[in-house]
Amino acid sequence: MSRKTKQIIFFALLSQFLIYSLFVYKSIPINNVGTLSVNSQKGKLIFQKYNCIACHQLYGLGGYMGPDLTNVMNTKGKGKDYVRAFITSGTAKMPNFHIPQEEIELLVSYLEDVSKSGVSPTVDFDINKDGTVTINK
Amino acid sequence: MKNKFELLFTTLGLLSLIGGMFFGVIASLQFVYPGFLESIPFYKTRPLHVSLIVAWIFLSSIGGIYYYLPNYNNIKLHSRFLGILHFSIFLFTGILILICYFLGEFGGREYWEFPPILAIPIFVSWIIFGWNYFKTAFKTASNWPVYMWMWATGIFFFLFTFSEAYLWLLPQFKGNVIKELTLQWKAYGALVGSWNMLVYGTAIFLMEKIKKNSHIGRSKIAFLMYFLGLINLMFGWAHHIYNVPTAMWIRYLAYLVSMSELIILAKIIYNWKKSLTESVKDFNILPYKFLVASDIWILLNLILALLLSVPAINMYTHGTHITVAHAMGSTIGINTMILLASCLFLIDKITKIEYTSSEIKTIKYGYTFLNIFLLIFWVSLIIAGTIKGQDVINNQLSFQEIMTKINPILIVFSISGIGVFLSILAITIYPIKKSLIFLFNK
Repeated sequence: MSRKTKQIIFFALLSQFLIYSLFVYKSIPINNVGTLSVNSQKGKLIFQKYNCIACHQLYGLGGYMGPDLTNVMNTKGKGKDYVRAFITSGTAKMPNFHIPQEEIELLVSYLEDVSKSGVSPTVDFDINKDGTVTINK
Repeated sequence: MKNKFELLFTTLGLLSLIGGMFFGVIASLQFVYPGFLESIPFYKTRPLHVSLIVAWIFLSSIGGIYYYLPNYNNIKLHSRFLGILHFSIFLFTGILILICYFLGEFGGREYWEFPPILAIPIFVSWIIFGWNYFKTAFKTASNWPVYMWMWATGIFFFLFTFSEAYLWLLPQFKGNVIKELTLQWKAYGALVGSWNMLVYGTAIFLMEKIKKNSHIGRSKIAFLMYFLGLINLMFGWAHHIYNVPTAMWIRYLAYLVSMSELIILAKIIYNWKKSLTESVKDFNILPYKFLVASDIWILLNLILALLLSVPAINMYTHGTHITVAHAMGSTIGINTMILLASCLFLIDKITKIEYTSSEIKTIKYGYTFLNIFLLIFWVSLIIAGTIKGQDVINNQLSFQEIMTKINPILIVFSISGIGVFLSILAITIYPIKKSLIFLFNK
């Protein structure tokens, strides 16, 4: 393979990657799903400040020590008070971080917006022959 | 102290590996025995473990590239001063990051859990590395071997994806959780691809030098595999976010691209018998042993990666310990094996100090036990993940019920993790000793 051929392939791939990246940036979000309010954006920073992702997941991404928090706000039997109680008291696995009340409310606001954005884990789906899945609403 | 910054990179890399494994062991014990070592809780030990292991990968591959590029092309490195500056920034930033973790000051992002301000010196250090690399590489013959392409690609894409990973700081990106998650994992997928370019490039370089066969790095097939890897680096990341409600075309393109890795799998299996015969011949060469082990781990992890990329399977495995098995299998089984080979090779070449027969014996025992414990570690994570995936999707058990069920398997995982740590200690302790004697002996 000549040097020129390698360079042409490399730069062709690179330019496609840059165009592809722009498409990815532009094509999300769909119908504004996942938009965060001003308070939720502050809550997200609190989530990062206490490194919650070390133990918890959002959409199955993150740590494995604690449960996935994507739908903690809209799951039956859970919700705002449940979250507040856990944060305030801690558990055997989760330390009490002594988070100020104001920050707890921002965290709750963030998790509420995350809960509205989608479902995780997805348990209701059909498997297609090509290995893809159709998620049932 | 001798002016051998390449050796400083490598030695600090080995020390980071030991540190990273140490915190990994503590984190895994905290996972199964909550309350263990409360003074450094899990939310601190996990980032300490991850960041030190990432530092190991970068330090050891960078140290190797700084040494191999000029010394095996008979040219001078563009600037040794820039190399020392690069090392100093890495060391200084690394210490600051560790202090932040101990103090509980986080940026709270996967992989880069330190405060975002510390990304600036890291970015600058990679610009310095890139400048030094390209200024040196362009002095060589124009027809670069594949590993020089891979190192160049690794440096370029690190800078690209590292910048992309911080887009969340911009108002256009931080106001939407789906957008932010998608971009975060787009960046991370390519980031892992970029360090794989540095590591796999090093593996091909070592193979070429040990075999004394310069065709290895210049063959057509080597370049075809490189371009296939590059396509996967660019477009194959979205299996991380199959269940995030983002555009369908992003997921299906990634699925299609990921399946192209079947070609790599076919090539490995096709070459298997031939490479096995060759490996028996050179198996007494220490760095070569590690390269052979990495070949086996590539096969195992590639099969796992291909399975995880099928959306129907991914629904069951995503967010389970199978993902951890893939991450650990690749980081220890592939990257660490290759980089240990590189460190042993480089330290031998620079220090020219021989190991005693008992030291060689210890390294060989470490090698054998590392592979045995890693296999147990890897399989236990796959079993735990399979049970979790089934219980989440089919049985819809609660998190607590699932964790109680898989806890005995996680105990096996923790014990084998201790075995992996001790084996790595056995392998690295003498090369570190050799380096330190060389660096500090006047």
